[in-house]
Amino acid sequence: MKRITIDPVTRLEGHGKIEIFLDDKGNVENAYFQVPELRGFEKFAEGRPVEEMPRITPRICGVCPEAHLMASAKACDAVYGIELPPTAKKLRELQYSAFFLGDHTTHFYALGAPDFVLGPDAPKEERNIIGVIKKVGVEIGSQVIKTRRECHEVAQILGGKPIHPISAIPGGMSKGLNKEERDRIEKIAKDGVEFGKFTQKIFEDVVLKNKAYVDTILSDTYTFPTYYMGLVDENNCVNFYDGKVRVVDPEGKEHCKYSPNEYREFIAEHVEPWSYLKFPYLKKIGWKGFVSGKESGVYQATPLSRLNAADKMATPLAQAEYEKMYKTLGEKPVKNNLAMHWARIIELLYAAERMLELIRDPDITGSTYRVLPTKTPSEGVGIVEAPRGTLTHHYWTDEKGIVKKANLIVGTTNNHASICMSIKKAAQGVIKAGKPITDGLLNMVEMAFRSYDPCYGCATHSLPGEMPLEVVIYDKDKNIVKKLSR
Amino acid sequence: MTGKKLKLGLYWAASCGGCEIAVLEIAEKILKVIELADIVFWPCVTDFKYDDVRRYPDGYIDVCLWNGGIRNSEAEEIAHLLRKKSKVLVAYGSCSHLGGIPALANLYTKDDIFERVYITTESTDNLQGVYPQEKFEAKEGELHLPRFYERVLRLKDIVDVDYFMPGCPPTVKQTWTVIEAIASGNLPPKGSIIGAGNKSVCDECPFEKKTEGVRIERFKRPHLEMPDLTPKPELKNKPQCLLEQGFICMGSATRSGCDAQCLHANLPCRGCYGPAEGVEDQGAKIASAIGSLIDSQGDPDRAAHIASQIEDPVGTFYRFALSNSILKGKITHKI
Repeated sequence: MKRITIDPVTRLEGHGKIEIFLDDKGNVENAYFQVPELRGFEKFAEGRPVEEMPRITPRICGVCPEAHLMASAKACDAVYGIELPPTAKKLRELQYSAFFLGDHTTHFYALGAPDFVLGPDAPKEERNIIGVIKKVGVEIGSQVIKTRRECHEVAQILGGKPIHPISAIPGGMSKGLNKEERDRIEKIAKDGVEFGKFTQKIFEDVVLKNKAYVDTILSDTYTFPTYYMGLVDENNCVNFYDGKVRVVDPEGKEHCKYSPNEYREFIAEHVEPWSYLKFPYLKKIGWKGFVSGKESGVYQATPLSRLNAADKMATPLAQAEYEKMYKTLGEKPVKNNLAMHWARIIELLYAAERMLELIRDPDITGSTYRVLPTKTPSEGVGIVEAPRGTLTHHYWTDEKGIVKKANLIVGTTNNHASICMSIKKAAQGVIKAGKPITDGLLNMVEMAFRSYDPCYGCATHSLPGEMPLEVVIYDKDKNIVKKLSR
Repeated sequence: MTGKKLKLGLYWAASCGGCEIAVLEIAEKILKVIELADIVFWPCVTDFKYDDVRRYPDGYIDVCLWNGGIRNSEAEEIAHLLRKKSKVLVAYGSCSHLGGIPALANLYTKDDIFERVYITTESTDNLQGVYPQEKFEAKEGELHLPRFYERVLRLKDIVDVDYFMPGCPPTVKQTWTVIEAIASGNLPPKGSIIGAGNKSVCDECPFEKKTEGVRIERFKRPHLEMPDLTPKPELKNKPQCLLEQGFICMGSATRSGCDAQCLHANLPCRGCYGPAEGVEDQGAKIASAIGSLIDSQGDPDRAAHIASQIEDPVGTFYRFALSNSILKGKITHKI
């Protein structure tokens, strides 16, 4: 049996590794995606005062610290049974929307776009953000950098720090917003909406008007059915900060809709001996292995799955794009994993529109930005949508609010099984017996998991648009027959 | 500038990616960095690989910024490799400098951590007791994972380190200052702290100490009581120091350089910039500072009673610096 090793997969946190095993004929037998990292936050949370959790857990991920900050603060609110004042809740959602705008911007332009703007088999030297800028104009590059910088400015204003912000605390926010800051953020939000509109146009011109790309999105190599998860508000609209978790089956029928404190009825996690990361699945369906379809408990929690799991978007411009996507792709739920890029920019537009709504809300500069807990702390769950999937924090405390136990189900983890399946399917689709394994083909394997924007690392802020890869092909006796690196 | 383009490397170990973002947050200036330096290894941005680095002559990389603590065997291996290949190795950020937040795991053993993560977590369904294995025989072939260590170590516990840059993450401003210093060859003596101040966070704090006659009768937790934010004429029109108000704040034991960002958000310092100049053990320093503020009235029992109101002193006083502490972590007989 031959083996192809992709190691290190460097745009994943730590050094994710892909092992592709070929059968005797040279077709793909199986593929493993391994996560070699563990830090153990669930254990060392024990003994910490619960109010410190929003200051500790953002260090799970420096790419999406806001997601952990918000999930953690919400879990703390629940531990104390606190109902947030409107100003506090709106400030948190405002900060969170700015974060989504910045994060989705980077992923789409720096990571996703090179494959579409330049093509999956463009020369690797060009297949990066610089190549994108050259093709579509310098103006875009400066727009992207500006949007990102301004989103971090909002994090600094509202969160106290641009990276690992801190101001969401049990009971609300540690600081309010003054008039001057409000005006500045309104300007950033307005520009954000324009940038969101502009991004839809780029996608339309570059991707949708190119039949070859649309065919790639629709191709079987990147398509399989699973369940789809996402947070929705009371109208079943996509919401990043609050609501209930809704899961739909591959036909779009509601499988469940649960409140944060009910998550254990619906989600369980499986362990494999070859990866440090667990594999969540739908408990009522069960773990059936790495298989797709309605009979398997594997689900996705991605931008696309959020759109699939909702009925609509809560803002007008994003709603128009939402309708267009489902009309163009012809079905709901959409099962084409590469359509995640499209879903991501629809969310980007929604995040900007939501930001503008919130900053124009008179409550946003209110003086009641926090309340003090009055109840005895015990147990609480906080859920938000991280850009890369539904994020759950669950804490149990003693009567003094010291953490006794913590359980975390983190964004990308939800998609671990689905990512493994996408890699295997893409590898099977592009690596064929007798066909030379080229750089372009390997990039098409990468595209399968790049669409998830996996947050094992700094996928979101890479300059080049390609994953460094080393592919070693072994014969049955483990002699190297070919080595490709780039 | 020496005229010759610098060769720069960046690497991450047991970190969160925030340090990488901090480097990239210099935004437009990143293009300037590319003018000044060739990046010869940066897994998150370039496609150079371990084998490329192995092929470099020793000392090929002029400056390597390393973030993340040493959590597993892979990080240790790469630390040795990059030390050999780099003229100057910088521990960038709290984790490589002091262990950082992941080093709180040192309060538990590896077995404790594995049991919680893979067995007892409430959503985990693992009746067979499967644990990830360093070596696993899949039906198609053998799969490997790095060895998870008993403790998180600092970079300097593994290799010789030239400079230390504190912060979780280091601020964008400080990062740029250091990049400019590197580019101009203007670095201080080996072993120095770079990209930080030489005072304590109090020096940059928007709150002000009253000092005179201040004694703490009761400690407060930041979510359970509102801090007094009223500016006081007698305190240069600033509100009174949070520690003096009874909120545990690491500021006086912590190195300056962060612009006291957390204090500007009305929250006490947690010490990410590490021990202040001249301080060996950050936790011991804050314990002694707090001790001198307790209103004991000469009664040891009263002092002990007041001190007992401080929740989780170890996890608070050594929030970012457990690997750096005299304490190190939970005593264990395993290696």
